[in-house]
Amino acid sequence: MSILINKDTKVICQGFTGKQGSFHSQQALDYGTQLVGGVTPDRGGEEHLGLPVFNTVQAAVDSTGATATVIYVPPFYAADAILEAVDAGIELIVCITEGIPILQMLRVKAAMAGTGSLLVGPNCPGVITPGACKIGIMPGKIHLPGVIGIVSRSGTLTYESVHQTTAQGLGQSTCVGIGGDPIHGMNFVDVLARFQADEQTKGIVMVGEIGGTEEEAAADYIKAHVTKPVVAYIAGQTAPAGKRMGHAGAIVTGGKGTATGKIAALKAAGIEVVNAPTDIGVAMKGCL
Amino acid sequence: MNIHEYQAKQLFQQYGIAIPEGQYAATPETALQVAQDLGGEGWVVKAQVHAGGRGKVGGVKLAKSLAEVTEFSQALLGQRLVTIQTDSFGLPINSLLIEKIYPIKRELYLSLVVDRGSERIIFIASAAGGMDIETVAHETPEQIISVAVHPAAGLQGYQCRKVAYALGLNGAQIKALTKIMQGLYDLFLAKDASQIEINPLIETHSGDLMALDAKINFDDNAVALHADILAMKDPSQEDDKENLAQQFGLNYITLDGNIGCMVNGAGLAMATMDLVKLKGGLPANFLDVGGGTNVEKVCEAFKLILSDTSVKAVLVNIFGGIVQCDVIAAGILAAIEQIHVAVPVVVRLEGTNAEQGRALLSNTGLNIYAAEDLAHAAEQVVALAEAV
Repeated sequence: MSILINKDTKVICQGFTGKQGSFHSQQALDYGTQLVGGVTPDRGGEEHLGLPVFNTVQAAVDSTGATATVIYVPPFYAADAILEAVDAGIELIVCITEGIPILQMLRVKAAMAGTGSLLVGPNCPGVITPGACKIGIMPGKIHLPGVIGIVSRSGTLTYESVHQTTAQGLGQSTCVGIGGDPIHGMNFVDVLARFQADEQTKGIVMVGEIGGTEEEAAADYIKAHVTKPVVAYIAGQTAPAGKRMGHAGAIVTGGKGTATGKIAALKAAGIEVVNAPTDIGVAMKGCL
Repeated sequence: MNIHEYQAKQLFQQYGIAIPEGQYAATPETALQVAQDLGGEGWVVKAQVHAGGRGKVGGVKLAKSLAEVTEFSQALLGQRLVTIQTDSFGLPINSLLIEKIYPIKRELYLSLVVDRGSERIIFIASAAGGMDIETVAHETPEQIISVAVHPAAGLQGYQCRKVAYALGLNGAQIKALTKIMQGLYDLFLAKDASQIEINPLIETHSGDLMALDAKINFDDNAVALHADILAMKDPSQEDDKENLAQQFGLNYITLDGNIGCMVNGAGLAMATMDLVKLKGGLPANFLDVGGGTNVEKVCEAFKLILSDTSVKAVLVNIFGGIVQCDVIAAGILAAIEQIHVAVPVVVRLEGTNAEQGRALLSNTGLNIYAAEDLAHAAEQVVALAEAV
């Protein structure tokens, strides 16, 4: 089995009729994802891409039995969209939107505490179980069903890791882009725990970057709980301090969050850390 | 987004946070007028730049006479100030803040920041004010106290008292600190700040508390919601190229090396810089062209990279996912011809239609190298930059 999603996962899309929502929903359908409908307020009752449009997430859930949602609404409306999905009891909420104000995410996370919903993102490529279900903006073609679990804060570095593990013939069980924002949903530890418990996953690629302390927390967790081989790469070794490197969360402040510190923590936990982003696939193959 | 100290103090005033009496001045004449209006026998003349560490490099002067106010203002205005937080060119001093001088009994520290670990807004305070707080945190962590505010409950009185007692305040000062903390918290929420710092927060001889300095950063993702904050933006304090990049939806950061980098995706852009360094080169910039790359964006990206005259070669690294590589390759060719790129360009294309893309870039008669893979591309661009 994979983690989080599989071929039976029923998915809806929030921001379904917008440009992004339409494009990526069509891509998901082409990939074989069980996309069962979408939500756009005031467009309920219409049909889009051959699927029903609903006014509210609750109506979509009631009608379709969807357990997952993907959010493509603009940044200032995304917090509202996430909380609407939580309120409707959606189990897995994948928020692709980039640029959500941090204080809005802070309130969203506080409001989600104690609910049964899991959030992936925001500012992420999404989640894919190759050959079964694609939720997000990643190119489906580069993936191969297989045995490597990939978790990453960066979209394009997830694709890079996918490309390399595909080239090595290993393939992927599930790939989770946890997103580049400082306050976000599932973190490295949340995903690592699921990969450890997943039978299909034989090895794990973890891609971190400068900023925050989640890689350090992951190092501690792996040392204590993960028996599967882990290959890690940390981006931003040459990033200057105090500068935000594209991602809202990728910034070294007050000497904290450096690539050097993260690499040291991971190595101290016995994890194989590659220096070059081009060595991820080869190193993973070597561990199995 | 950053603002100047005088602007931050204007916001403090709106939120009931005590600040020194003073005024902003953009000419020596206004500076003199401000000092005269303030009265008294001494004034502080503070250079307004978007960087800390001003005092140590002569950006903050104590004037003991009106003549000195004029003298210091003339000396500072129009100069560039280089501090520990700026690059070697420093930042232009286009304005000053002239303030009254207050007798300082103690210097305290108070700041507010979003703590990503606890996902809370936290106050950080210390009795060791006036110093670099990171040094204090490192050397004497017991001198730092922090309290986290729950977003639903908001800031509570006990949290303010806890900070006040830790700072050695008592009596009326506890109420005064509570007022300052509540004002800061309200300001933080109302304007989507990402950090507010008062260093130092002074205790005067008469026991009053006052924000002697003020620094506010705002969340870039939220400034569009606040017209008043956006109006405070001062482009003269920012990198021209970074400003220009923003207009075209590009993420650009100037670095010191000679290899220009153009990449799609922030993580891959960082990784590309790292790889260039690993192969013995030095990146000239961070540049994320984003997901929806088109000819116009690629052209603007090339222009930006090449406006840095130290660039000897360019590495383009695109992982074409949704966007097809042959489309990107055509865009790169168009851009190179349109703006007459003279330096060698190494292109690594991977993803959908990568082979067609590489074929388009081969045998063009232009100074373009289509690399087999990323590792080779990095090696090649380093060699080309060295050969120049």
